[in-house]
This record gives sequence, structure tokens and C-alpha cells, in this order.
Amino acid sequence: MSRLDVERVRKDFPVLERNVNGKLLAYLDNAATSQKPRAVIDALTQYYSRYNANIHRGVHTLSEEATTAYEAARARVQDFIGAASAREIVFVRGTTEAINLVAQSYVRPRIREGDEILISHMEHHSNIVPWQLIREQTGAVLKVAPINERGELELEEFTRLLGPRTRFVALAHVSNALGTINPAQELVRLAHEHGAPVLLDGAQAVPHLAVDVQELGCDFYAFSSHKMYGPTGIGALYGRSELLEEMEPYQGGGEMILAVSFEKTTYNRVPYRFEAGTPNIAGAIGLGAAIDYLVGLDLESVEAHENEVLKYATRELSKVPHVRLIGTAAEKTGVLSFVLGEIHAHDVGTVLDQEGIAVRTGHHCAQPVMDRFGVTATARASFGVYNTPEEVDRLVAGLHRALEIFS
Amino acid sequence: MSELRELYQELILDHTKRPRNFGTLEPATCTAQGFNPLCGDELTLYLVLEDGLVRDVRFQGRGCAISTASASLMTEAIKGKTADDVAALFRRFQKAVTSPVDSEVNLVELGKLAALAGVREFPLRVKCAVLAWHTLRAALEGHHEPVTTE
Repeated sequence: MSRLDVERVRKDFPVLERNVNGKLLAYLDNAATSQKPRAVIDALTQYYSRYNANIHRGVHTLSEEATTAYEAARARVQDFIGAASAREIVFVRGTTEAINLVAQSYVRPRIREGDEILISHMEHHSNIVPWQLIREQTGAVLKVAPINERGELELEEFTRLLGPRTRFVALAHVSNALGTINPAQELVRLAHEHGAPVLLDGAQAVPHLAVDVQELGCDFYAFSSHKMYGPTGIGALYGRSELLEEMEPYQGGGEMILAVSFEKTTYNRVPYRFEAGTPNIAGAIGLGAAIDYLVGLDLESVEAHENEVLKYATRELSKVPHVRLIGTAAEKTGVLSFVLGEIHAHDVGTVLDQEGIAVRTGHHCAQPVMDRFGVTATARASFGVYNTPEEVDRLVAGLHRALEIFS
Repeated sequence: MSELRELYQELILDHTKRPRNFGTLEPATCTAQGFNPLCGDELTLYLVLEDGLVRDVRFQGRGCAISTASASLMTEAIKGKTADDVAALFRRFQKAVTSPVDSEVNLVELGKLAALAGVREFPLRVKCAVLAWHTLRAALEGHHEPVTTE
């Protein structure tokens, strides 16, 4: 494993040269969305300026080039997460759509009143609300595994909540608000002992960890492109092919069919069955470029670098008076949620923005997590490949500035 | 940095730390709830209206410095006023916090509320400043649905 050359990496991201409020941008909001390297921006420009065409139809050259690039992106996703076949990769708008697809097409037809779906207390709203919809539609019961003071899943409670009526388990691989890395492989094993298939929400994992869905053993894995240096509006759902094969379509339309008459429609094969309508072709190609970029940096080096920045930031922020860190799990990605005394996160965010520092403030679409820690909002710094200890120093200086203003 | 100092000036910070008219009011003749779903700010307003006048007003909730100070200053500003006066004041206040930075704003007629004019420099924070006022309007108009800034 080689050491990540951060200065070189920073040069790949045009936006990092930008000044905000007269200061060089320090972008510490990667858990919301990451910035894009030139390679991704160029891939989009190339597609639109050289071979924009609809895919899987038409015999002309551009259509063939676009189709080849789109399917090559699918193969890259397959390699990236270690899926057995490219047919197990469904392109979707993002993690949210992937979870909704599984909820409606896999879980809903297979669940009865009183059956249970198990999630955890650290889920993003996008891994809570789709299951509440299923609860309303079917009378299923939603069970929630608790987390401890550090923001780690309580394994014993999780195990206890797995029962004879557990039909499905949906869990964050990595928590967006806390940074906690769940012991996903172990959780999948426990769920499978009870015969329950598992979906992992990998939105916060794929940008930071090497993921292998076969090693994890999960049945579904969902992630978004935009948090891993790719374009917005595209993501992928991995589903084990046996499960995808038996699933109903999610949406009806073109592309997902083989033949249509008013009497009968024959659905296309997997994964096209789940890709109704003209997909986000440019997005998929951009995602492919983002994967190439990330893999080119070497994910182990990325993980080591981000870990170093996280450790430094944790140490330095702990020294700032009145800082309370929310989420102190032993295994974490580069997410640092905190409150600064009585100062509201929004006010902290405004002071930092004046210094050119971008952090997220609010409930991070994880209100149950906020409730668990007795806060309504936190400020959250989240790190990516291009962040440096110097940016952490600027964050710390900004927090001192906020304390000074509100003293 | 001067914009920050203007935004978080002494009067604002004083009202944030020691909000006036904070608490519930029973019995209230009208109440309304306001939410800012983006940041989780929430506010409940209690009013006693008598003979068309705001006799008493209190608020409760959790929010940032700007939304708390704005609610506190608002309760002070509207006590004893008629509903029409309150509506006119809301219009003047809204204009002051949303008008372009380089335009003239009559701060004198705003009284203490003028302290919030610095919000103009921070468009993302305007919603924080007007949440209490939108909630007030809902209370006066008898709306039962909570008000949201989105």
C-alpha cells in the first residue's frame, strides 16, 4: 500500500481552487456529497459532445458506442463491489431508489401482517421511511435495534430482535450521521441464521472502504454515485441473481420489456427489468469514471489517509472547549458530528462558512439519531480523499472564532 | 468578519441567551406551531387577543440564535398592538431582511427589530429570522396546520 499523495489528488478536483467568502474553500461536507475529479467531469463532457445517443436500440454508431459505454460502466460496478455477475447490478437514481425498489418489489409481495422488518436506530431516513410505507401497506411490524452511547449497534439486542417472524433486515453499512462502521459480515450471518435476507445501505461505505458483497454475504447492497466522486442522479443496486430473478418489476415502461401488446407484456430479463425508461446514461458512464478514479488511488491508501485525518481531527476537536462529539465508535469512517456548547449548529455553520469552511449542519436526515443523543442538530465535518490536517486546523480555528462571538 | 459581528450583535445574542416572553400561556386565545425542517428548528406561539389587541404573547421551542432572537424580539414588538399593526410590522420586517444588500432600508420604523437587518447579508438565514413571524400570522389567521419554512 502506498501513501496517498494528497497534494496531487487535490489538483484533480477543480472546485478545490475556489475561494469562498475570500478564503480558499475547505470542503468538509463529503458525507452529503463529494466533489468531482476532472476525470468524471471529462467523461460526462465526452459523452455529451461525442457519442450521446439512446442505448439498447438503434443500429447507428453512436447508439452502439453509448450502449457499450453504459454496459462497461455496469461491469465496473460489478468489479468494484465484487458481484458475481454484471446482471446483478441494477442502475438506479441513487441509494434511496434502490431501497425503495427492494421494499416494493422484493419485500412487499412476500410479507404478511405481523411479519417483521428489522432496521437499526442509526439509519438514514431513506432506510426508515420505505419500510414504514411497507408497514402501512401490509401491516408488517418495524423493529429497531438500539445503539449505545458511542453510536455502535447493540449486537446482543440486535440478535434478540431476530425472531421467527423476521422476514427482512435492512442496515446501514456505515452511518451517515455518526460514521460508525457496522460489523456487516457478522450481522448478515446472524440474520441469515434466522432465514432473513439482508439489504445493506452502502451509501457512506463505498467512498471509503473496499467493499466485497460476496464476502459480506448480503442479499442486496445499495449505493449512490455522488458520494463517491461521481455524478448525482445515479447509483446502483446489487441483488443476488436468484432474488432479482424472482422479483416483480418496480416501474413499467420502455427498456424493461421484451414485447408489448394490449393483452400481454413480456418483461425483459434482469437487470433491465428494473430499468424502465431511458436511464441516466451519462450518469452511469460518469460513475464508471469515478470508480476508475477511486480504484486508481487504491482504496486501502484512501482508507489509511482518511483514517489519519479523522484521528487528527478527533484529537484536535476534543481539545476545543465545549465540543461534544456525537458518535465515537471504535470503527469509524471520516465523519465527525459535534455540538459546540449551547451554540446552535446553524450558527456554527454560518461562522465557518465565513471562513470558507463547508460543513453540514442539521439533523442529517437521521432524526432518530439526534433524538437518541438528545440534540436537535449537530454540525458535521466529513472527510474525503482530498482533505488535509491543515483544513482540520482551519476548522478548529473557526470553532474558536464561534466561541469568541458567542461568549 | 464585520458582517458576522453585525449578524451576531449584542442585542441578538442577549435575546438568544435570555429570550423574553419564553414559555407557555394558558389560556391562550390562539396558538400556532412553526417548523424549519431543514435544521429542525421548532417554535410554538401562544397569544391572548382581546378587543383586537395582542394582550399577551409567549413562545416556546428550540432554534438557532437568529430564530430565537427573532421570536423574542417579535414578542416584545407586538404586545399591545392591533392585528393590523402587527401585519404592517411583519411586512416592514420582511422587507428589511430580504431586500438587496445595497438598497436603503428604513431601520427607524423597525425599532429594536432593526438589529436583525444584518440577516440580509446571509440569504440562507432569512428563513430563521422569519419563522416566528410566519407562525404569528398563522396564529392570527387561525390556521391549524403547522407552518413550515419549506
